[in-house]
Amino acid sequence: MSTTDERGASRAHRPDDSLARLRREGRIVIVGASLAGLRGAETLREEGFAGSLTIIGDEPDRPYDRPPLSKQVLVGGAAADRTTLPRRRAIRAHWRLRTAATGLDLTARRVRLDDGDEVPYDRLLITTGARSRPWPQPAEAELDGVFVLRTNRDAERLGRRLMAGPRRVLVIGAGFTGSEIASACRELGLPVTVVERGPTPLVGALGGVVGQVAAELQREHGVDLRCSVMVTALEGDAAGRLRRAHLSDGTALDVDLAVVALGAVRNTEWLDGSGLGAGPRGVACDAGCRAFDVRGLVTDDVFVAGDVARSPHPLFGYQFLSLDHWGNAVAQAEVAAHNMISPGPDRRPHLWVPAFWSSQFGVNIKSIGVPSMGEEILIAQGSLAEHSFAGVYGCQGRVVAAVTFDQTKWLDFYQQQIETAAPFPPPFRSVDRRPDGLHPVPAEFPDPSLPSHGPTVTLCGYSPTERRIVFTPARA
Amino acid sequence: MTYGTYLRKITDPANRADPYPLYAELRKTPVLRDEGGPYLVSTYWEIHGLLHDPRLSSDPRNLDPDAAAALAVTEEADDPTLPPSFLRLDPPEHDRLRRIATYPFGPPHTPRRIHDMRGELARIVTDLIDDFEGRDRVDLVDDFAYPFPVTVICRLLGVPRADEPLFHAWADTMLTSLDPAAAEADVAQRRRAVRQARVELGMYLSELIEDRRRAPAEDMLSSLIHGDGPDGRMSHAELVSTAVLLLIAGHETTVNLIANGMLTLLRHQDVLKRLHDDSRLAVPLVEEVLRYEPPVQLLPHRTPLTDIDIAGVTIPKGAAIWLVLASGNRDPKRFPDPDRFDPDRKDNQHLGFGSGIHICYGAPLARLEGQIALAELARRLENPRLLEDPPPYRHNAVLRGPRHLPVGFDGVRPAREP
Ligand SMILES: Cc1cc2nc3c(=O)[nH]c(=O)nc-3n(C[C@H](O)[C@H](O)[C@H](O)COP(=O)(O)OP(=O)(O)OC[C@H]3O[C@@H](n4cnc5c(N)ncnc54)[C@H](O)[C@@H]3O)c2cc1C
Ligand code: HEM
Repeated sequence: MSTTDERGASRAHRPDDSLARLRREGRIVIVGASLAGLRGAETLREEGFAGSLTIIGDEPDRPYDRPPLSKQVLVGGAAADRTTLPRRRAIRAHWRLRTAATGLDLTARRVRLDDGDEVPYDRLLITTGARSRPWPQPAEAELDGVFVLRTNRDAERLGRRLMAGPRRVLVIGAGFTGSEIASACRELGLPVTVVERGPTPLVGALGGVVGQVAAELQREHGVDLRCSVMVTALEGDAAGRLRRAHLSDGTALDVDLAVVALGAVRNTEWLDGSGLGAGPRGVACDAGCRAFDVRGLVTDDVFVAGDVARSPHPLFGYQFLSLDHWGNAVAQAEVAAHNMISPGPDRRPHLWVPAFWSSQFGVNIKSIGVPSMGEEILIAQGSLAEHSFAGVYGCQGRVVAAVTFDQTKWLDFYQQQIETAAPFPPPFRSVDRRPDGLHPVPAEFPDPSLPSHGPTVTLCGYSPTERRIVFTPARA
Repeated sequence: MTYGTYLRKITDPANRADPYPLYAELRKTPVLRDEGGPYLVSTYWEIHGLLHDPRLSSDPRNLDPDAAAALAVTEEADDPTLPPSFLRLDPPEHDRLRRIATYPFGPPHTPRRIHDMRGELARIVTDLIDDFEGRDRVDLVDDFAYPFPVTVICRLLGVPRADEPLFHAWADTMLTSLDPAAAEADVAQRRRAVRQARVELGMYLSELIEDRRRAPAEDMLSSLIHGDGPDGRMSHAELVSTAVLLLIAGHETTVNLIANGMLTLLRHQDVLKRLHDDSRLAVPLVEEVLRYEPPVQLLPHRTPLTDIDIAGVTIPKGAAIWLVLASGNRDPKRFPDPDRFDPDRKDNQHLGFGSGIHICYGAPLARLEGQIALAELARRLENPRLLEDPPPYRHNAVLRGPRHLPVGFDGVRPAREP
């Protein structure tokens, strides 16, 4: 069988021919069988890709949904094995589950697998996402009673332990996942201590002003919240069971269950040495989802989408964003898949405005844009004290993000403000403006140079690879 | 007072049976300053944007006095006996009252209220259709669409059945106040009648609330009175206003949904046949009716708190804005082939229930009522056909629907065994 070789093709045929052939009988491989991988596969078929489609995933299950794992699943509202993602259409794929990709040969266009196999491709889509950042002391991480939460198995194991009624749960890290776990524990009536290195929960994602509200929510719901404190060690008993945690303020806590919620690490190790621009912050790609190689040149046959991707956004000064956002995974996978099988002029940029939601302690939190870019925040509607408000973040005189606590219905408006780079502070009157909202105040984000588990949006500077290549975009 | 040209055309009864060509003309100017009248917004994205815009108020007290007088929409604010309902309030009052009202009505606290009414709704529909037996024609408005939702709302709130006829009369009178053309008739007399009906209805409900306060029943009114959520309770006057709102908002709208739906089905016999064969089609079908022939054609109560620039027009603070939902629903920039009735339409985010914070509170109930009513009519009527096309319409241009819908049929199939 003759493979469609792009370089060969461009000599022998018009590019259109090779694209038509790719669409008809090409080989597309997707590595990472989760949200982005599945939606990418569906889009490929939706748009008429008729060739062979192979999906490689190291987890045993068909793609499932993660957001419920820290919400309904933990309180018993949904079984962990019931979060399988709904299918939009048939994808006629060759699934290789329980199989990890271990390497990539860009020149030979092959993906190496942990069972020794090699899978050739004409186009590759990388959707290997992220995993929980593990507890830094491996021996302590091994203790019985120490958990992370990323997969359905994690959720099942953790859920079972929670149901068994631990004396006290320790949550290490008050980002979104940690806060949601704490909320679930309170809903189950379990005593819970949350230890957070920053001054408030959610400080990395939403800043200290909003973080203060999150802290109040936690305390009102009976969480023993300890901020500006770190867990320094986890101690086990002779049988290897967790029994105590030591904190940086010199105190110790008796606990039999700890959940490490220190953010996520991108799954890029399998790409080490491949020549792709991949590192701990993800795989860099252009706005069309094409991966960069280490030289900063864009490839044309390797695409990236979802949590593992890191791509420039024109609305935010073309800075590279990496997002742990469900909606981003879907939107980016759709663009990547479309571009994989479309000629240049028909390709689309991924212009999704970051959006994130979380539900905790009975409150619906949503954010849009890139809050961590915000220098100041204005509470445009509602009030912090009532835990029901819309806050707008501004940077250099324009609106860059918004967050709502139980005020979701206004977000469309703020999205439009972000998209049109509307002036900050908003110069107009709106309904429900309170004394809170008369003046902007500093948004209180921690120094971005400090290591942090918090932000769900990360600004990665202007460099598409670890080597600093500076874009000089025309700013809107 | 003067009226703009377009306002005149919209309210002209001659355009009632088919207002859509007029809307198409309106859409050529997405935001139109109708001289002497309101700003008319007719395109989907502009309407959608304004419904989510915190610079827009639903509170008539923010209207410029001139605009208010010209539109005669202040009857609620004028009413000395009742505080405004949350339909006409902005946050935070709106949000507080709506949250309290949602407590006994829907998720997260009462997720099963509507679901649990399914059996009762089906019984009411079955009884109404059983009454068609032995006849070969009915008026679907008077004999079916009208009695159904009133009965439902009365049951939901807990109004004794014997008093239901009173509600028909009150609701009818008050709805005329929403009709812009009313301004051209004898305004003063009309307002008196409306106020009178409101006062009577309010007094009735006030007494009913006192009864339920003493002796709670299993109904929603009792839960509203005794409920104790984080937002506290409503005052007595707020309770009355809310109960009045639920009654009015859920009444003629649902009548129109059923009547417009049946009219549309009778004009699209292929779809009617599909619904007859498979009642599951009722779910997407009701959405398409809400897009294609929305019971609430336009929202005439918005005003900006500050000058707003939109689609090249500056709407000044305090001006009256009409959001023409029915036109947005036919906007080709949002819905491909918008004048086609297509229950298989994908991504049907119509504006039939509005959008944003005032999005219809009763939507889950209205949907279920519409689904059950249309599915049962399609299933049980043998060879149904329109006897008059177009049927005669109500005067009202805002809550638009047939006044009568004469339908002929060959027989009535038996009810399904319960
Ligand atoms: C507990 C939890 C709660 C969340 N809640 C929210 C929320 O409320 N709102 C929100 O917007 N987002 C939320 N998220 C984030 C959201 O789930 C992610 O953004 C989304 O899952 C990203 O999808 P993805 O396909 O890019 O990556 P992933 O879902 O991480 O999938 C990557 C897949 O690739 C596999 N893989 C990795 N390496 C290899 C390899 N070498 N070979 C083969 N397979 C490999 C992984 O095992 C995994 O199956 C939550 C996440 C978690 C964990
Ligand atoms: C098909 C039937 C119905 C339609 C088409 C409809 C339509 C609408 C629309 C368009 C609005 C928005 C008003 C605005 O934004 O100013 C609305 C609001 C409202 N509706 Fe409905 N409605 C229907 C049935 C019902 C029912 C059955 C109830 C009661 C049980 C109800 C109760 C309400 C209430 C209380 C509001 C005010 C919400 C608020 O201001 O927050 N509606 N409806």
